[in-house]
Amino acid sequence: MKEEILTTQDLHLYYGDKEALKGINLNFDEKGITALIGPSGCGKSTYLRTLNRMNDLIPNVTITGTIKFKGNDLYAPNADTVQIRKEIGMVFQQPNPFPFSIYDNVIYGLRIAGEKDKEKLDAVVEKSLRQAAVWDEVKDHLHESALALSGGQQQRVCIARVLAVSPEIILLDEPTSALDPVSSSQIEATLLNLRHDYTIIIVTHNLQQASRIADRTAFFMNGELIEVDQTKNIFMNPANKQTEDYISGRFG
Amino acid sequence: MNSKTQNKVAIGGLYGIAGFVVLILLALLGFILVSGVPQLSWHFLTAPGKAFLKGGGVGVQLFNSFYLLILAMLISFPIALGAAIYLYEYAKDNWLTTTIRTAIEILSSLPSVVVGLFGFLFFVVKLHLGFSILSGAFALTFFNLPLLARSIEDSLRTVSDVQREGGLALGLSRWETVSRVILPAAVPSILTGVILSAGRVFGEAAALIYTAGQSAPALNFADWNPFNISSPLNPMRPAETLAVHIWKINSEGIMPDAKAISSGSSAVLVIAILLFNFAARYLGKRLYKRLTSA
Ligand SMILES: Nc1ncnc2c1ncn2[C@@H]1O[C@H](COP(=O)(O)OP(=O)(O)OP(=O)(O)O)[C@@H](O)[C@H]1O
Ligand SMILES: [Mg+2]
Repeated sequence: MKEEILTTQDLHLYYGDKEALKGINLNFDEKGITALIGPSGCGKSTYLRTLNRMNDLIPNVTITGTIKFKGNDLYAPNADTVQIRKEIGMVFQQPNPFPFSIYDNVIYGLRIAGEKDKEKLDAVVEKSLRQAAVWDEVKDHLHESALALSGGQQQRVCIARVLAVSPEIILLDEPTSALDPVSSSQIEATLLNLRHDYTIIIVTHNLQQASRIADRTAFFMNGELIEVDQTKNIFMNPANKQTEDYISGRFG
Repeated sequence: MNSKTQNKVAIGGLYGIAGFVVLILLALLGFILVSGVPQLSWHFLTAPGKAFLKGGGVGVQLFNSFYLLILAMLISFPIALGAAIYLYEYAKDNWLTTTIRTAIEILSSLPSVVVGLFGFLFFVVKLHLGFSILSGAFALTFFNLPLLARSIEDSLRTVSDVQREGGLALGLSRWETVSRVILPAAVPSILTGVILSAGRVFGEAAALIYTAGQSAPALNFADWNPFNISSPLNPMRPAETLAVHIWKINSEGIMPDAKAISSGSSAVLVIAILLFNFAARYLGKRLYKRLTSA
């Protein structure tokens, strides 16, 4: 039996008095990829962002319920959000490299944490970029601006940037929806590479993508978790009528 | 009239207005430069002024202008930077920040002569600083601070929120995100704002007439001890700037070549401000390029 690394219990989230998450119960085993799917506005991003406390930045958000990371309450009064976000990294829909060199982008977290050893930093840059499957494309211009890269390369550099701080969980919110098909499939390949070493949770609108890469798939609708199961069950043999309708393209 | 012709008429009108503005600007610049540039010489730019005779220069005033500018910037930039960072990156919207913002708006629209009179009453009289560089620098700070704070806030706004999220999601603290990601990304734009506001400060007269004073005692450029009264660095000496000089000569200049000196000074002032503007564009663009591309 694998360990459960992240658990959510009866999670409610309100924007003002609008209830965006209506009691989510969802747990994640260590390693592997879980895809979150569902119609637009159903709360996928909102849910994802509760997992590394990115919703803290939005005013008037109220959260109830429990989220535990390795048994520790993420929302405990003494929880350290900075540390949490190092262990639970996030990649966004829009590639958002910093306006610095590729090298600096990747080691930024470490460097700010005080790491000075050049050899160690070089090693981390190479390892992270290799893991993100973008090393061969950028190794000859590590010291050029990351903004000069293509969108797909930028996104993989952003993934490398997250990997460099060695998180345990990686959250991705529609990481390929701003990219062309070729870049998208490169990102998918990257994620498949990483699934043995990291717990990956990815929001996607692309059902084929979910079926290609996810070990498990969770279907959300109207702020509720409708169904979660092995990906092939969700797609071939969903237990719930709404899931079936969504999968077969009847709405959303 | 169909929409195509409407469009043409509108564009034509806009071109006309823009052309008119450019024309006025060129005429003004042309006039100042044509009447002023012939007066310029090394002697004019470096020699001290003469009250009654012809052949005086604006060396002291030119030095004073730069010295005051640097002092005013040294005082106002850190405060403006801090205020802008606080307001844009940290402050929540509540009555306190609304009040601060409103205060900044009001301060930035105060006529500079009012700032000058306030400076006179407060720094010159109340704090006994006298007509001095220091009084002038404080007055300029009051004049400059709100404009600079707003321009830096705008620079911070140009850095997209996805950068802030990127920093935080990487496990950087709020301050690390601001200081190590947002500020560096905003530097080119901040620099442009600083240089442009330097141009404004450099040309400011009204705020200085009653604070830095209207006299320019000759300076001994060999003496750099700030405690000596004839030292250029002495912050307690009265210091007429170039802009104040122009105003003064035109209202009460009695030297025989007053007209020529005023034209020459105007040309120097305008050229300096033009240089500031070009420098702002050039440096801003270059820095941005260095930070963002190969
Ligand atoms: N900052 C916010 N303030 C108020 N309401 C919000 C905010 N962000 C999201 N919402 C609302 O919460 C609900 C869930 O939004 P969320 O962004 O999580 O949906 P989503 O499933 O990610 O949608 P999409 O697929 O379009 O990205 C929506 O109704 C949305 O309008
Ligand atoms: Mg979303």
